[in-house]
Amino acid sequence: MSSTQVSGAHGGATRRDFLYVAAGAFGAVGAAAAVWPFIHQMNPSADVLALSSTEIDLSQIPEGMGITAVWRGKPVFVRHRSAKEIEEAQAVALADLPDPEPDAKRVQKPQWLIMVGVCTHLGCVPLGQQGDFGGWFCPCHGSHYDTSGRIRRGPAPKNLEVPPYTFIEENRIRIG
Amino acid sequence: MAFQTNNRIIKWIDYRLPVFSFAHHSLIEYPTPKNLSYWWNFGSLAGIMLVVQIVTGIVLAMHYTPHVDHAFASVEHIMRNVNYGWLIRYMHANGASMFFIVVFIHIFRGLYYGSYKSPREVLWFLGVIILLLMMATAFMGYVLPWGQMSFWGATVITNLFSAVPYVGDSIVTLLWGGFSVDNPTLNRFFSLHYLLPFVIVGVVALHLVALHQHGSGNPLGIDRKGPQDSIPFHPYYTVKDLFGLGVFFIFFAFWLFYAPNALGHPDNYIPANPLVTPAHIVPEWYFLPFYAILRAVPDKLGGVVLMFGSILILFLLPWLDTSRVRSGRFRPIFKQFFWVFVLACLALGWAGAQPPEGLPLAISRVATVYYFAYFLVILPLVGWFERPRPLPASISEPVLGAGKMAAQPAREKA
Repeated sequence: MSSTQVSGAHGGATRRDFLYVAAGAFGAVGAAAAVWPFIHQMNPSADVLALSSTEIDLSQIPEGMGITAVWRGKPVFVRHRSAKEIEEAQAVALADLPDPEPDAKRVQKPQWLIMVGVCTHLGCVPLGQQGDFGGWFCPCHGSHYDTSGRIRRGPAPKNLEVPPYTFIEENRIRIG
Repeated sequence: MAFQTNNRIIKWIDYRLPVFSFAHHSLIEYPTPKNLSYWWNFGSLAGIMLVVQIVTGIVLAMHYTPHVDHAFASVEHIMRNVNYGWLIRYMHANGASMFFIVVFIHIFRGLYYGSYKSPREVLWFLGVIILLLMMATAFMGYVLPWGQMSFWGATVITNLFSAVPYVGDSIVTLLWGGFSVDNPTLNRFFSLHYLLPFVIVGVVALHLVALHQHGSGNPLGIDRKGPQDSIPFHPYYTVKDLFGLGVFFIFFAFWLFYAPNALGHPDNYIPANPLVTPAHIVPEWYFLPFYAILRAVPDKLGGVVLMFGSILILFLLPWLDTSRVRSGRFRPIFKQFFWVFVLACLALGWAGAQPPEGLPLAISRVATVYYFAYFLVILPLVGWFERPRPLPASISEPVLGAGKMAAQPAREKA
């Protein structure tokens, strides 16, 4: 009772108010610091992160064929595109795309299309050379992708993701 | 009548730890409305199914190995090598379905008889929380056998969180413990699948405390006027619950012994393959209505929001239903919309099992619109415009007649 009267008389916070807030804030920061390890332990561990690059030899893949590699536990489509597929991919008007992206930005060399084979809707693996646009078709919820792996129709919001990769030789890439 | 005994040992203990008087108070003399119908059996059935799931689950955990290289084989080991392993696993797998059947009926009972209305709102919230916990537990349990449906179900459902703006992908990576569903995911799902049932037990205890505060509702939806409207829980409702349990266990046994895989999916007997998605993936039947809502929306974030919203909206129900009359018996207009709502839920369940195109897609869209309209438009408006039929003066009146014809309209025509 008396302390509230004191604070009222001075028209502001008392030293006790300051101590309450400071102690409370200190406790909150301490609690957050204690909780963080219990959240962060769920994130990828060091051994999972250590497996985050994959090398692929492209010389074994003839034109018009593709392989599915594994990178970070996910399928990666590596496709040697035919001239027709490249032409189709480049001919599409950007205005027709739900997620506009020119084909040239999705490949380093036009004949090699490399992308994560995981549907951007809910993570299923699309089937190759199917669907209404000659590219990929996801059987789970009906998303159609074109020969550049761009979403054309269906519930998926984005194009198939292009992973970071580099040509370490003429016919050899490293993903990741 | 308070707890009484001549046994000295029980007296000695009860004086120090009043478990006997507590049990007597809440399981024997607990005054219960005398007009409860069989729709009031499903609460105790749900409690028993929770016990069945925990007991069978603890046994299964003694033989199961939560590792991507061994999980599938350890489930087959349970089925083929462990003594009665097949029985216990089928009890657990079909028990999940039985648990959901019972709980869904329990929820629809509450929706029809207005069990969510004052003063039982918190009781209702605790029930919705139990439903959410059950769904999380069931989902993670289905992942453990590590078959194709386990793997791809886990992938699709965890990817729902990638629809969250900005931080979605980080959340999904956190849930997975990697960059795809893999061993860390399986391990943590096993850990949480073991934990959550005990969390459910805790919330069920609160659900019962809230229940016993104001007692059960009843088919007439009116408050008890005095002791003449109640009967002691034992022996009247202990016997009625046990009889219902016997009938229900016959139903359970039919699935368990004659169709143990009918409610599952054959693809889950194929070991998980992260590179090949099955052509047609569907969740377990109890998730189908929600899955249909997800797929009815042609937008990723929108579908996820509506799917979660379809359950979270139940938290608003006590305020969305503006009628002061609890029981649907006395609400002629509400009753019709209610049965259409039940039909819409069944239609969603059917559509959720079909490929999302053509007629099933159209039906799931209409039913989704009705589902939300029922809560957001119909219930608020019907409460205002509907003229309820006259309520009986007491729980006893419709039975004993009370010598007044005014009570007659209250009786439901069979």
